[in-house]
Amino acid sequence: MVNLRGSSPNEGAGMSKTLAEKIWADHVVRSAEGEPDLVYIDLHLIHEVTSAQAFDGLRLAGRIVRRPDLTIATEDHNTPTLNIDQPIADPVSRLQVDTLRKNAAEFGIRIHSLGDAEQGIVHVVGPQLGITQPGMTIVCGDSHTSTHGAFGALAFGIGTSEVEHVLATQTLPLVRPKTMAINVDGVLPEGVTAKDVILAIIAKIGTGGGQGYVIEYRGSTIRNLSMEGRMTICNMSIEAGARAGLIAPDETTFEYVKRKPHAPQGEDWDAAVAYWKTLHTDEGAKFDTEIFLKAEELAPFVTWGTNPGQGLPLNASVPNPADIADVEERGAAERALTYMGLEAGVPLKSIKVDTIFLGSCTNGRIEDLRAAAEIIKGKKKADSVRMLVVPGSARVRLQAEQEGLDKVFIDFGAEWRNAGCSMCLGMNPDQLAVGERSASTSNRNFEGRQGKGGRTHLVSPLVAAATAIRGTLSSPADL
Amino acid sequence: MEKFISHTGTAVPLRRSNVDTDQIIPAVYLKRVTKSGFEDGLFAAWRNDPEFVLNQPQYKEATILVAGADFGTGSSREHAVWALQNHGFKAVISSRFADIFRGNSLKGGLLTVILPQDVVEKIWNAIEADPSTPVTVDLEAKNVRLGSEIYPFELDDYTRWRLMEGLDDIGLTLKNIDEVTAYESKRPSYKPKTLPARS
Repeated sequence: MVNLRGSSPNEGAGMSKTLAEKIWADHVVRSAEGEPDLVYIDLHLIHEVTSAQAFDGLRLAGRIVRRPDLTIATEDHNTPTLNIDQPIADPVSRLQVDTLRKNAAEFGIRIHSLGDAEQGIVHVVGPQLGITQPGMTIVCGDSHTSTHGAFGALAFGIGTSEVEHVLATQTLPLVRPKTMAINVDGVLPEGVTAKDVILAIIAKIGTGGGQGYVIEYRGSTIRNLSMEGRMTICNMSIEAGARAGLIAPDETTFEYVKRKPHAPQGEDWDAAVAYWKTLHTDEGAKFDTEIFLKAEELAPFVTWGTNPGQGLPLNASVPNPADIADVEERGAAERALTYMGLEAGVPLKSIKVDTIFLGSCTNGRIEDLRAAAEIIKGKKKADSVRMLVVPGSARVRLQAEQEGLDKVFIDFGAEWRNAGCSMCLGMNPDQLAVGERSASTSNRNFEGRQGKGGRTHLVSPLVAAATAIRGTLSSPADL
Repeated sequence: MEKFISHTGTAVPLRRSNVDTDQIIPAVYLKRVTKSGFEDGLFAAWRNDPEFVLNQPQYKEATILVAGADFGTGSSREHAVWALQNHGFKAVISSRFADIFRGNSLKGGLLTVILPQDVVEKIWNAIEADPSTPVTVDLEAKNVRLGSEIYPFELDDYTRWRLMEGLDDIGLTLKNIDEVTAYESKRPSYKPKTLPARS
C-alpha cells in the first residue's frame, strides 16, 4: 500500500531532521499504520469567504468550536476599501461579512471587523499581533497562509471542509509532505527585492514544481532579508505549487516577534526562545530535493503571461512560443499571449500599463509602502495611469500615515485606500476593466483574477513605483 | 457524504494545462454562504465563448472532466469543488493536481484521478472521436475503463476506504478525541492564545 507518512531520507529516531520534519514531529497527536498523521493546529485564522459553510456544518452536527482561544477572524477578501464607515453597498458581500460576524459571536471567536485597528488581510494581521510565532502549525482557508512560514512556522492553506475539521477538533489528518530546500546565496543587486527572488524561483521550478513539498528557503540571501521580505518569499510558495514554505527563525525573527502584543512574556519568553533556537535543519539532514540560485544573477522580474511561472527579467522581451519545446507549455504560452494582448519579441519595458496596484498579502506591509514611497517622493504619476495603494491592514495604514507616507502617495496622484485584499483578487469593487493592464504587487496573474478580461503583470513594489512614474513597465534604474 | 464506488458516464475533454481555481470559479461568485448554486460560476469567463468545450451540446451531459496537467492550482477555495459537483461532475482526470484542490476534492467526494499524460491524451482522442463513449471510473478496482482499454490508477487505501464508505473525516477524528485532549495537556504555556485579546 501507499505509505501515508511518505519516504523521508531522515527516517528513524536520532536521525538529523529538517526544520519542517521537526515541527511536524512536535505536532503529531496520533500516528497509526495506514492512516494519515493527526496533526495539532496551534492557530486557525478565519475570514468571511471560506468559513460560512464550515460553521453551518458545525451547527448541523451540533458541534462546537473546540478552541476559540486558538482561533481569530478578520474581514478582508470582499470588503470595500472606500467608505468603510458605511454599510457594504453590495448586498451579497454584506451578507457574507454579516454571516462571519454572527458566527464569531455565536461561537465565541475574536473578530476584527472593518473599522477596527487590527482589521486587515489575515496574513498581515497574524504577524502584526504577534500570534504568528516560530514552531507553530498555522492554517487558514486561504492558500497564502504559507506567508507565516517566514517565522519558521508550518503554515498552509486549507479548504472549507478542513476549516470545519479544525474548528471542531483543532487537528487535521495530513499526509506528511516531502521536503525541498531552495538555497539562495550571495548579495542581491541594487533594486532586486524578495519579490524578484520568489518570481525567479517560480519561473525556474514552475507552478507545479513544489507539488507535494514543503519548501525551506535557505542561504545567505534569505538570512539577510527582513521579516517583511521573508514573508513575501514564503507567501508565494503556493504559486510554485508548494502548500507551505518556511525559513528557520533567527535573531531577526525573535526581534520582530518581541515587540508584538501577543509575544510570550517573562519566563515564557525565555522558554519560547530556547525552543525556537532548536528550530533549524540539522547538519547532515537530507532534503528530498534541493535547488540552488545565485543572488548576483537575479534581476527585477516581471510576469508576461497568465500564470506566475511565466516570468522573465524586466530587461527581456516577450518570449516567442515557437521557441518553447514542451508542447503543453507552448500551447499555454500562445493562449497567454493572446489573452495578454502581447506580441512575441516586444521588449517588456515597452509595455504600457493602465493601473498600478500596490498592496496584498505579498507586498502590502509597511516596508513595501516605504520602499515604493521612497521612489515616488516628490514626483508625479504618469497621466495615463491610475494607482491604488491598499495597505495590508488598518494598522499598516495608520503607521504609514504617522510616517507621512499617505501624503507622499496622494501628492504623487495615487489613491490612498483602506485595508483589505482589494484588487489582488477583485472580489470587492476594486477591479480591472476588460482589457485593462496592471502592474501589480500581488501574487496571481491568472486570467480575470483582477477583474474579468483584466491583464496582470506581477512586479515588486519598486517596479510598481517606477512603472507608475513612467507609464511603462520600468525599474528604478530606468528613472 | 455520498459513497463513491464506481461511476460510469460520458467525459468532456478540457485541453488546457494550469487550470487555476480562479478559472474554475472566479472570485465574484464566491459570495454565497451555502454549498449549492455554484454551477453558474463554473468556468464563467470561458463559457462566454460558444466554442468552449462545455458549451458544445455533445458534452452537456458529461459527468467526468478530463483536464490538462496541474489542474486546480492557486486559491484554496473549495467552491471550485462545489461548482464542479453542482454542475454534475463526479470525477476529474488529470496527470497532475494542485495539492490543496486535490485535498478538497477527496474530502468532498469528487474523485480526482491521476493518470499519465499519454493516457490522458488517449482519453481525449477517444472522447473527441466519439463524445458518447462511456467512461467508467472504478474506485473499487482502482481503474478507468473506456471500451476495452483499462487504465489503472493509484489512491492510498485510507482515502479510498473513506470515499467508498462515504465517511465524514470529522467523525473519524472525534473517535480519537481523547488523544487530542492528552496532547493539549502537554502543550507549552508559551504558545500564543488569541483570547484574551492583547493589542
